[in-house]
Amino acid sequence: MSASMNPAAASPHAPLPLEVEAMVKRFGAVTAVDGISLALQSGECVGLLGPNGAGKSTLIRAIAGRVIPDAGRVSVFGAEAGSQAARAALGWVPQDLALYPRLSVKENLCSFGRYHGLNGKKLELAVARCLAWAALEDRAGELTRNLSGGMKRRLNMAAGLIHEPRLMLLDEPTVGVDPQSRNRIFDMIEALRAEGMTIIYTTHYMEEAERLCDRIAIVDHGRIIALGTKEALVHNSFASRSQVVARLEGREGKVAAWVAERGGKITDSTSEFTVEHPSEIAALLEGAASSGLELVDLSLRRPNLESVFLHLTGRELRD
Amino acid sequence: MIIPIVRTALLALRRDRVSLVLSFVVPIAFFSIFAAVFGSQRDTVPKIKVIVVDQDQSRASRQLVKALQIDGSLIVSTRPAPTKNRPAPPEFTAETAEAAVKAGDVSVALIVPRGFGDHPISFGPDATGTAIELLNDASDTIAPQMVSGLLQKAAMTAMPVTMAEQGMKYSEKYLGTFTPEQRRNMNANLDQLRQIEQRQNADGGTGAAGGPGGGIIVVKTRAVVGENKNNPSLSFEAAAIGVMFLLFTASGSAGALLDEAESGALDRVLSSRVNMNGLLAGKLVFNILLAFTQLTVMFLWAWAVFKIDFFSHIPGFVVMGLVTSFAVAAFGMLLASICRTRAQLGALSTLLILVMSAIGGSMFPRFLMPEAMQKAGLWTINAWAIDGFEKVFWRDLPVTALWQQVSVLLAIGIVLFAVARRVARRWEYA
Repeated sequence: MSASMNPAAASPHAPLPLEVEAMVKRFGAVTAVDGISLALQSGECVGLLGPNGAGKSTLIRAIAGRVIPDAGRVSVFGAEAGSQAARAALGWVPQDLALYPRLSVKENLCSFGRYHGLNGKKLELAVARCLAWAALEDRAGELTRNLSGGMKRRLNMAAGLIHEPRLMLLDEPTVGVDPQSRNRIFDMIEALRAEGMTIIYTTHYMEEAERLCDRIAIVDHGRIIALGTKEALVHNSFASRSQVVARLEGREGKVAAWVAERGGKITDSTSEFTVEHPSEIAALLEGAASSGLELVDLSLRRPNLESVFLHLTGRELRD
Repeated sequence: MIIPIVRTALLALRRDRVSLVLSFVVPIAFFSIFAAVFGSQRDTVPKIKVIVVDQDQSRASRQLVKALQIDGSLIVSTRPAPTKNRPAPPEFTAETAEAAVKAGDVSVALIVPRGFGDHPISFGPDATGTAIELLNDASDTIAPQMVSGLLQKAAMTAMPVTMAEQGMKYSEKYLGTFTPEQRRNMNANLDQLRQIEQRQNADGGTGAAGGPGGGIIVVKTRAVVGENKNNPSLSFEAAAIGVMFLLFTASGSAGALLDEAESGALDRVLSSRVNMNGLLAGKLVFNILLAFTQLTVMFLWAWAVFKIDFFSHIPGFVVMGLVTSFAVAAFGMLLASICRTRAQLGALSTLLILVMSAIGGSMFPRFLMPEAMQKAGLWTINAWAIDGFEKVFWRDLPVTALWQQVSVLLAIGIVLFAVARRVARRWEYA
């Protein structure tokens, strides 16, 4: 990655890379985005974490100017989303492989570069830079349809970066790739972050959000239900408490009553409790034994984003 | 195990609307078109347009023209169609009639020369009937033969007095002079015949049923179009087949829009500097160039292999090629913007293009079709494009003569592209 990747220059009076104010978008009877507000600081990476259908992609498409909000406002570096200035400042990596399969890697990059007004030496340099960033230099002449899934994903990202945008929208860039390719994509994103690029990253993998993002917005049913750093989100939901996950066997009604009595809840036949200290586990075990319940399995874990999501919505992230 | 397999296949077919359309609608549509063209219904037999120029204006010539005019198989005109609020145009002359055949306005023109009335029929070994000139377009081999036959029929049925008079003349010539009594009897019969003829003329009838005629009127046929061409159907086939495949290519190529929409590339393109107007205009230009190249290759092949005279017609070819390419490209863009998937596009384009090609003259010449179908064909790109290319390659007409075809194809292209642009709004924003 070269310094020419154009990170946003932080200036106290410069407009924010992204401002979303009370945005609403409905499709028929379905409200996909229900009053979301969000602002990104320069050089910040914000993750949108939520299950499929939460409204993440609609929000991203609105920022890219491809969806017109029914209410609210979206601006990119002070320009209205969809305007020429906003388009020029924005690099969008859609969830789909938005590429020309019959064109080679280099031809794809050249095409998207030209669509952004690049040509001549500038285009040539931009293509070389993107090929290097995506580690596809040795595949430049290969037809896109012949690339592996991971390579296609990397090319998909490179095509979004060809015109040196200042804000990147990465919409689930690791969907359908193997762990090795995923790590490579993480390296690419970390290189962008090191350059100070402002990034919005949508995912429904909490570990990705934890690894890559400065702040995380948990999105559900078209709303941001929590926003902050990972630590803040966990602390807000669990304070300093830990989770105890146990599998108990016994009569169904009896297990449920016993778990509820101790402030726990059952999800997919697994009982969950929170404890301030690990020493509280002993009391739980004794209580189960005295109530005639058999403990099959038990583990203690620190709450993570998955726990936060479950805590806030009552559902698993991948439901 | 056969029944479960049949059941599964039936379920799959029921959900595959594209296959259903192609399996049932296309064959029915085609059967209907072919049945209408070649079927035996009386009201669908094509009529032949004929210009008749009566230079003789004798009783015999007028009777002959009248007989032709009331023949149900012909549409006879002796003067151009009048323009609204203008005085009736003058009658056709030999020159204007020839020009009309050359322009493709009619298939055949008949010139009844001066002196026809003196020797209307030809009979016997040293016959000297005055020849009627039949001007035709060599690409239509059917019309001159039909008109020639109908001319003999008209002579047999419409001119009984003339036939009798000429018969008497030939009898005297070959058998000897009639006696005064024979002459009296014959004159009396001729008088009766004249009265019958007058009554029939007053009634607008055609006279007695004609017997099998055969060459009693001398017809001198002259092809005024394509006399020196090596194969009348070549230029027609090149244009007809070319346009049909142009339509397929254009709709297939425009279908790239659907692929791009499906892959998300369209969204990505529209999030760049390119807007929908620019995108569609770019696609249109590409499809025009593709279609024009395809046409050029086809005509070059026809020149190289089938000796069509390509290089003498470059200006006309370029003009017709470009407007045809524009119309088919816009047609393809419209289909692509209407359809939701490639499969839909495949089914709809196959159905529309085959039907358009059938009634537009890409599969068989339109002059073979009933009048109503010929008119229906004017709603297709094929008909106008084929007419234009025929004017260029077959009739050797100048580029200025293509104004009608050029205007219509341009108008078709503009309208189709405007509708495509309107429909494409669905891709613009959500």
